[in-house]
Amino acid sequence: MSSSNSSYNSPCAACKFLRRKCMPGCIFAPYFPPEEPQKFVNVHKIFGASNVTKLLNELPPHQREDAVNSLAYEAEARVRDPVYGCVGAISFLQRQVQRLQKELDAANADLIRYAYNGAIPPSALPPGTTSMQPVLPVARRRSSMEFAADPGSISNGGGGFFQPPPYSLPWDNNLSGDINGGGGGGGSMI
Amino acid sequence: MSNPTSSRCAACKYLRRRCPQDCICSPYFPSNDPQRFAYVHKIYGASNVGKLLQQLPERARFEAVESLYYEALCRIQDPVYGCAGIVSWLQQQIHDVESEIAKTRAEITVFLNSNISISELNTQHPQTDDMGMENLSNKHKGPL
Repeated sequence: MSSSNSSYNSPCAACKFLRRKCMPGCIFAPYFPPEEPQKFVNVHKIFGASNVTKLLNELPPHQREDAVNSLAYEAEARVRDPVYGCVGAISFLQRQVQRLQKELDAANADLIRYAYNGAIPPSALPPGTTSMQPVLPVARRRSSMEFAADPGSISNGGGGFFQPPPYSLPWDNNLSGDINGGGGGGGSMI
Repeated sequence: MSNPTSSRCAACKYLRRRCPQDCICSPYFPSNDPQRFAYVHKIYGASNVGKLLQQLPERARFEAVESLYYEALCRIQDPVYGCAGIVSWLQQQIHDVESEIAKTRAEITVFLNSNISISELNTQHPQTDDMGMENLSNKHKGPL
């Protein structure tokens, strides 16, 4: 018997929405269960069923679930924020990373300051006390963002660590603060 | 009235249709950048883009098209994760940097505590211990 759902069971959310028979082997059925109707509604609204079909057909089956989930994420972000969509969240997170990086740099500077200025010379130590010369901080902290993935490869296609595209956002300095109310700014939607 | 064939916007050129004067895509898909519409169309489809733009006030449409183009570009580069992959990556970056900050602050605390301990030891065993210092200086008297 075919492992995919359907005509005997409840039709998938896609076929229910599109009011068509959910055939065995329906490409949507594994990823749009009937108990999550909103997921397909959003994806259909933003991308359209035929575009999603084309996208899925271009991918091997083991990657389709991740693809659908990321499409659903972007669609929901776009529904919430029709102007900026997912990009609003990216912009917000980028600013957060920059702010935290500055905080890390300041903390590192403090640490080095303590390491050099806080050293007690051995002559000032009471007899029998071992030297408490502080160890210089290990230079292991990065001062700028690392790109953990292979810089030459953009399309990972297989999960795991992601590489940002080699192009910057077109409005890095222009966006107002109105992103939190939009596309899920910063929240863990994935 | 429609635009002459030579000044059709990229969208109407791509879709091989006449470009009306009030074409909703025309301000955002100039004919000199055909790839922009091609990418957006591939991911979203022309009618979805049109519907989306119609729902927005005119002042917001340029930004909306910019973001759609960016997302389309991301999706074409990474068909599995698209823009969502970047969000995930940034969230991981935030987590990593926060961990580094916590570690650094913990090390600062260690330094602060070690300095306080030494200061306390100094007050318990003050350097003005005359017996110890005199003995030392006595030992070192005499020809060298």
